Amino acid sequence: MTATKAPIDRGRFSNKTVFIMAAIGSAVGLGNIWRFPYVAYEGGGGAFILPYLVALLVAGIPLLLLDYAVGHSQRGSAPLSFARLSRKLEFIGWWQVAICVVIAVYYAAILAWSSQYIGFSFTQAWGSDPEAFFFEDFLHSDSSGVTLDFVPAVLIPMVIIWVLTIVVMALGVQNGVGATSVIFIPVLLIAFGALVVQALSLPGASEGLQTLFAPNWAALLDPAVWASAFGQIFFSLSVGFGIMITYASYVGRKIDMTGSGFVVGFANSGFELLCGIGVFSALGFLAQSSGAAVSEVVADGIGLAFVAFPAIISEAPLGALLGVLFFTSLVLAGFTSLVSILEVVISAVRDKLELSRITGTLVVTVPLALISILLFSTTSGLTVLDISDYFINRFGILLVAMVSMLALGWGVRRVPWFAEHMGRYGSIPLRGWWVPLVMVITPLLVGFMLVLEVIAAVAEPYGGYSGWMLGVFGWGAAGAALGAGILLAIPKWKSTTPLEAPEHDEEVIR
Amino acid sequence: MTAGAIAMMVVAMVVLWGGLAAAIVNIVRFKGPEPGESMRDL
Repeated sequence: MTATKAPIDRGRFSNKTVFIMAAIGSAVGLGNIWRFPYVAYEGGGGAFILPYLVALLVAGIPLLLLDYAVGHSQRGSAPLSFARLSRKLEFIGWWQVAICVVIAVYYAAILAWSSQYIGFSFTQAWGSDPEAFFFEDFLHSDSSGVTLDFVPAVLIPMVIIWVLTIVVMALGVQNGVGATSVIFIPVLLIAFGALVVQALSLPGASEGLQTLFAPNWAALLDPAVWASAFGQIFFSLSVGFGIMITYASYVGRKIDMTGSGFVVGFANSGFELLCGIGVFSALGFLAQSSGAAVSEVVADGIGLAFVAFPAIISEAPLGALLGVLFFTSLVLAGFTSLVSILEVVISAVRDKLELSRITGTLVVTVPLALISILLFSTTSGLTVLDISDYFINRFGILLVAMVSMLALGWGVRRVPWFAEHMGRYGSIPLRGWWVPLVMVITPLLVGFMLVLEVIAAVAEPYGGYSGWMLGVFGWGAAGAALGAGILLAIPKWKSTTPLEAPEHDEEVIR
Repeated sequence: MTAGAIAMMVVAMVVLWGGLAAAIVNIVRFKGPEPGESMRDL
């Protein structure tokens, strides 16, 4: 028989606005700014809106609502929520936690680079060759192996970012996680909105928009375009790896979760559209000033942020302002996402070990900060980051999302019950449309994406990196996350931790 | 910009930003019960 402790709070958001802002803060991240514009351009330009909208409504929001349903009904971190549904499913929760550990340690490095580039925007430290500056002068990048040669220009901002992150996490769910998003998300919107206004005023902006929005209807016949639309929605919304389960467990019983899900889903996609407009306006300017076609200067990811944008900043009137707005946006979007990723880990460790907020935060974040600094502030940091990011997204997040959907839908068969739970206080009923999507359509689509990714990864070694590096930091990291999930699910929960979802909020354990 | 590109840009704005506006209106107008007093975080 379970001995129940006196009610101790595990923290929660004070109202639905804070929850929605935190969820938007998690969803809006680097991928919105530096991935969506390129994916849309590649996927048929203006015609891409069709597969993108279908992906949002058929897979993105349904999967988001499934995460909400798990956390909101079971009132626990990812492992505790899955354990409450079935002890056999607990490993899925720990698998998600392990994936978050991998992502958290490299995410901080990108924030460190971006924060340095805010300063560089004033001095245009990259000179006439931003690419050589980024890889050689700034990162001293060495892709031949793993080194312990620290790069002070990365090390110092990484230490600062980790200290700030630890402080935010220690402040708790409402005062740390929630308050950060409530402040940062409006500032991000203002900063990026100002960037869009400035970018639209640059000569060549209309050419950039023409390149982004000119519809290529033939692309809609290509299955790869539909797969990339689903992939963009999936990776952008922060679904399937524990964040939304954790956040939903901090929300009051009677909150409108279905209505909140639609706000978060459309806010994320709406911001992506804004990013597309801003980024392609700036690329249009770069193309005109360099006498090239827009298609010749298009880039995504690190290439867009740290090579193309510095070139734009060097050429544009009020370039320093443009740089400050762009890199500040990256830092703000990335920081709220990092906070949400860490919350998954902290929440799980606190639930399992019944730790206070401060102790749980320190137990999790200090070791992660040390690993992060050790691996990613060195000359090999970029290589390890690139490999880890590619593999953990595909063979970590995609795989765990598919396994969890199958386990919830066909293993414990709780999806119809979730629909009833979410509909009790929700403004949008889920019965009828949501159940078949989550049980059949979305797992099939995610499975299809996974097969495409496996074929691509096996056919050609990613990035031309050496086999052992791909094995250790790519396949190894993704496999280790699954292994960690299975191992961490073995220890029993404390006798004071109820393995049944509490009926009232006041009964949740810390 | 060509008429086709302008039209698709407007469609994207209407669908995504309009969808966000509709979702916000829905959640604001829905008068579900709110939770009681916020609990203290540890």
